[in-house]
Amino acid sequence: MKSFFGILTFFAVISLTAQNNTVPTVDLKKPDGTIVSSDSILNNGKPIIISFWATWCKPCVKELTTFAEVYEEWQEETGVKLYAISIDDSRTFPNVASFVNGRDWPFDVLCDPNADFKRAMNVNLVPHTFIIDKDRKIVWQHTSFTEGGELELIDLIRKLNSGENINE
Amino acid sequence: MNKFFTAALLIMSMTSVAQNVLQNAQIHGDFQTDFQYYMADSAIGADTIPEKLLSNGYLNLMFSAGNFSAGIRYENYNNVMLGFDPRYKGSGIPYRFASYSHKDFDITVGNYYEQFGSGMLLRIYEERSLGIDNSLDGIRLRFKPYKGIYLKGVIGQQRFFFDKGEGIVRGIDGEVNLNELNDKWSGSKLRTTIGGSFVSKYQPDKNPIYKLPENVGSWAGRITLNYGNWMLNSEYAYKVNDPSTVNKMIYKPGEALFASLCYSQKGLGITLSAKRIDNMNFRSDRTVTGNALTMNYLPALTKPHTYTLLAFYPYATQPNGEMALQGQLNYKIKKNTTLGGKYGTDIAFNYSRANAIDMQKVNDSTALMQPGTLGYKSDFFAIGDELYFEDVNIEVSHKFNKKLKGIFTWAYLTYNSDVIEGHTDGTFYSHIGVADITYKITPTKSLRLEAQHLMTKQDKKNWANVMLEFTMAPKWFIMAGDSYNYGNPVKSKKLHYYTFGFGYTKNSSRIALTYGKQREGIVCVGGVCRNVPASYGLLVTITSNF
Repeated sequence: MKSFFGILTFFAVISLTAQNNTVPTVDLKKPDGTIVSSDSILNNGKPIIISFWATWCKPCVKELTTFAEVYEEWQEETGVKLYAISIDDSRTFPNVASFVNGRDWPFDVLCDPNADFKRAMNVNLVPHTFIIDKDRKIVWQHTSFTEGGELELIDLIRKLNSGENINE
Repeated sequence: MNKFFTAALLIMSMTSVAQNVLQNAQIHGDFQTDFQYYMADSAIGADTIPEKLLSNGYLNLMFSAGNFSAGIRYENYNNVMLGFDPRYKGSGIPYRFASYSHKDFDITVGNYYEQFGSGMLLRIYEERSLGIDNSLDGIRLRFKPYKGIYLKGVIGQQRFFFDKGEGIVRGIDGEVNLNELNDKWSGSKLRTTIGGSFVSKYQPDKNPIYKLPENVGSWAGRITLNYGNWMLNSEYAYKVNDPSTVNKMIYKPGEALFASLCYSQKGLGITLSAKRIDNMNFRSDRTVTGNALTMNYLPALTKPHTYTLLAFYPYATQPNGEMALQGQLNYKIKKNTTLGGKYGTDIAFNYSRANAIDMQKVNDSTALMQPGTLGYKSDFFAIGDELYFEDVNIEVSHKFNKKLKGIFTWAYLTYNSDVIEGHTDGTFYSHIGVADITYKITPTKSLRLEAQHLMTKQDKKNWANVMLEFTMAPKWFIMAGDSYNYGNPVKSKKLHYYTFGFGYTKNSSRIALTYGKQREGIVCVGGVCRNVPASYGLLVTITSNF
């Protein structure tokens, strides 16, 4: 137990100097099965939304369906890019491609079948949504989705674009 | 081992690079605690809990600086909540790791998670809501020697609650993406990935009756082909004889085959999958049952349902043998059409079925599944007569106007409880209908109504469920619901399972309170899904990350 508190102290000291966290490097998969690094989550210096979801998670599908409806407008206005990260494991992973195309979602979808990225991003529950700034820093995050939650999200992206600090 | 990590961290902070490292250092983590105050309710079968309050707690702390990262997880069970394995007792640090990556090479020591292919031979993972954590404690190497080539090697022992399993797990895996490997093929319309793995476990033989294999080897090969809108994905796995408690000590080798074919284009997606599993239970300890020390993952080839009544009769893979198939269709009816309306309509159709495998006696003098023998013979392509599970379901999602939208589901389930639960209640046939309607009062305030009905002549007969939820985005939700077993022929068993819930979310921190009676299943409230066991009382869930 002593060493546990030793480690905690170490973390506490580090956290005093620590900056905003950046997106970790983890191997993901495209829905077609090819391996791709999380370093490929890019948007030419514009903001990025990362949203963790699963085909069996109703609130997640609701959230992404809402995003799909407004995505074109959002992109035109703010240049934001959305990456939806599916945590479907090998039970439902083979259905992700047909699920996404069948719903005609306009954003990028990547898969995290053994939850490596989910763990590295410290996600407890889905849906969980992050905003990433031009320096790949995680500047905001939110867990769960309720109707209208997209309004706060796009408002924060606008603020980020106008140079405001949206860290809380 | 903990001393080793403390020492490593200390050395890091003392060296001359420390200044530099500290400037790039990042700390992140997450926290979850669930606790429940239990009350007895003899009618629903909720017993008195001596402690009255049970709780599970988890804290992950991770540190990273440049190419170096390290982390720990503290877990606390005082005492473990109902529905989890009681061997989770007390507290400790069952997970700690340090890893270093450089260009195309990375090494992890301590605990780690890993999956080879689809996981038929090796899937090391954590599923907290199910109480599963089979992490390996040892060494893992990953190497990309050339573009398109991915190699992995693992060795270690698996977590067994706050201890380690006796068996040693070793494995290697390679995957080659032919289109990345050779520039000539990079523009090809046909994209090919092939892979293979070898996994073995070692456990001493102390059995007084049988001579058991101390080393059990297994191998698997896989291929993924993409051509235009088509995708084919298949994996075959083979395991040498591995008598265990789960397979009733038979010496038959195990094998598994999975294949899926997918066609998708804008607005249409079709996936057909099939699998055969024959004696593929794989654990690093042959005597262990339940969810502990599993090395591989054999998921059910069925749609995971989340609505309360739809999730009443969920299927679980039979690792000793099953043949299963699944078809899924996703179709979007375009907007501004008669059926699509102003916003379009999403249709999802799903069919799945699981049967026994064919089983014949090895010879006339040996009984089926006789311990110490091969157990049975099986024709690879023959389907066994016994039906384990069947599910036909259709889901229609439609947005009527800016304020009103709904998801409508109907399903017909056939559930062989004798096989799935090991009871003798026979097979249940049920029709289930669900209407999930959301009404937006203002842009951020909504009301959601779920109305569900389950109709069956077996088990506890008919059920009805109603749930009303009010949400204020992005922070608040409040809900009330009731499941009523109105069809139960015994009057005193026509029971209500009511629930009241309330939740508050501030960015990535969330607190949710649920009071009422709960049946086992996956429950989704206030925008999040999780598994919960049967109980009566007040449940509080707090999650946060940083």
